[in-house]
Amino acid sequence: MSRDQIFFIVFLFIFATINIYLFGSGSLSADWSGLGTFIAAGITLSLYSFLYKDNPLFKFAENLYVGVAAAYTITQVWYNVLWVDVVDPLSELGSDESLGNLWLIVPTLLGFFMLTQLSSAKFSWLSRIAFAFVVGLGAGLAIPRTIAANLLAQIQPTMGPITADLAGFNLFIILVGVVTVLVYFFYSVEHTGPVGVASKIGIWFLMISFGASFGYTIMARLSLLIGRVGFLLEDWLVLPLPLF
Amino acid sequence: MLFLRRTLPLIIAFVMGMIGILVFYIPHSGAQALEQELTKWDRIVAAFAMVLGIYSLMRLHWGRVRRQQAGWAYSFLVFVGFTVMFVLAIYNDGQGPLSPQVIDSGPFVWMFDNVQVPADATMFSILAFFIASAAYRTFRARTPEAAILLVSAIIVMIGRVPIGALISDWVPWLSQWLMAVPNLAAKRGILLGVSLGAVATALRIIFGIERSYLGGGEE
Repeated sequence: MSRDQIFFIVFLFIFATINIYLFGSGSLSADWSGLGTFIAAGITLSLYSFLYKDNPLFKFAENLYVGVAAAYTITQVWYNVLWVDVVDPLSELGSDESLGNLWLIVPTLLGFFMLTQLSSAKFSWLSRIAFAFVVGLGAGLAIPRTIAANLLAQIQPTMGPITADLAGFNLFIILVGVVTVLVYFFYSVEHTGPVGVASKIGIWFLMISFGASFGYTIMARLSLLIGRVGFLLEDWLVLPLPLF
Repeated sequence: MLFLRRTLPLIIAFVMGMIGILVFYIPHSGAQALEQELTKWDRIVAAFAMVLGIYSLMRLHWGRVRRQQAGWAYSFLVFVGFTVMFVLAIYNDGQGPLSPQVIDSGPFVWMFDNVQVPADATMFSILAFFIASAAYRTFRARTPEAAILLVSAIIVMIGRVPIGALISDWVPWLSQWLMAVPNLAAKRGILLGVSLGAVATALRIIFGIERSYLGGGEE
């Protein structure tokens, strides 16, 4: 028997023993709530087993998760888009005031055109029309929104008046940072002389930003880890420790 | 046929793109209503694209099961998870699929709370280990730039936990300042560049210069 098989069997044995004790002692209630905690703990531990190495427990939980997540996505598409925006309005077409909903046949037809991607080459070209609609409209809607929200709305606070206090100092730093970062990304000019100096300062700002983003991401992931460990200790093992 | 397969999609992309731009700048209730309606249409067609994506995923796993490739049993598990969740979604706590979704009770919510949510959180929390491991191997202050990155990351991390305030009141303040000032400046610079690139790409799509969304194959 290999080391991995021993690991697998020992894990299952310990997990089963703990759960028998928890259900037997009444720490986990013998209802849907208790069963849910049991399953959630099993999935959590199976996924964490990847920290040892890739193993069947991890693959089991991972693939189950993929299937459940795929079905959940389809469900949200159905209930939040297709049912609300298509099926329900079109099913009320008989009444006079719902005639405006007739237009919904157009995007529905385009949606079915998109599914022709799965058919033979004889019909699959129809999907191009649907893709052209989505991509063209998406591009058109994106241009003014990007200009308004990402360009003008970002430039305006950068160009504010610089005052002789901390707020003014911060604004000055932001102005220098934005300009030098843009200079760094401007490759049409050789980065030598003053441009090289500005580019170098831009790199420093980028490094501070990458470091800050890295630290922030680590702390966010650690928060999730603390949440999962808290679940295992408090909700599953029901330890009487005021840990979390 | 060439017109239907190539020219018509380009015309549609151009017309829809121009409409998408114009409705934003026309200050009329009719234009705003049209914008809302077109956004809804976009959402509906994109929903069908999502169905297409899920179908592709399931077909990939079905192929593995059918050919009994190595690890095909795991692909079968994808179908088990999908089928159980899908059936519960259709059941909709007894309301059926032609009713608004029941989101506060029922077996579907139970599956979501006890399978998807823990799996989701665990998957993302595992990244903490990988990021820390990668940082341990790669964080070396070999150059001034690398040192700046390292110091910045350490200050932000220490500043966001209680030990930071214990060391000095300045640590959380400095952490907050790094996020709100130099980090903001660099992010803003990047965002300006990315936005200009996005606008340029969108214009290329509308004017038919960028055609990769049409796919390859027969023109």
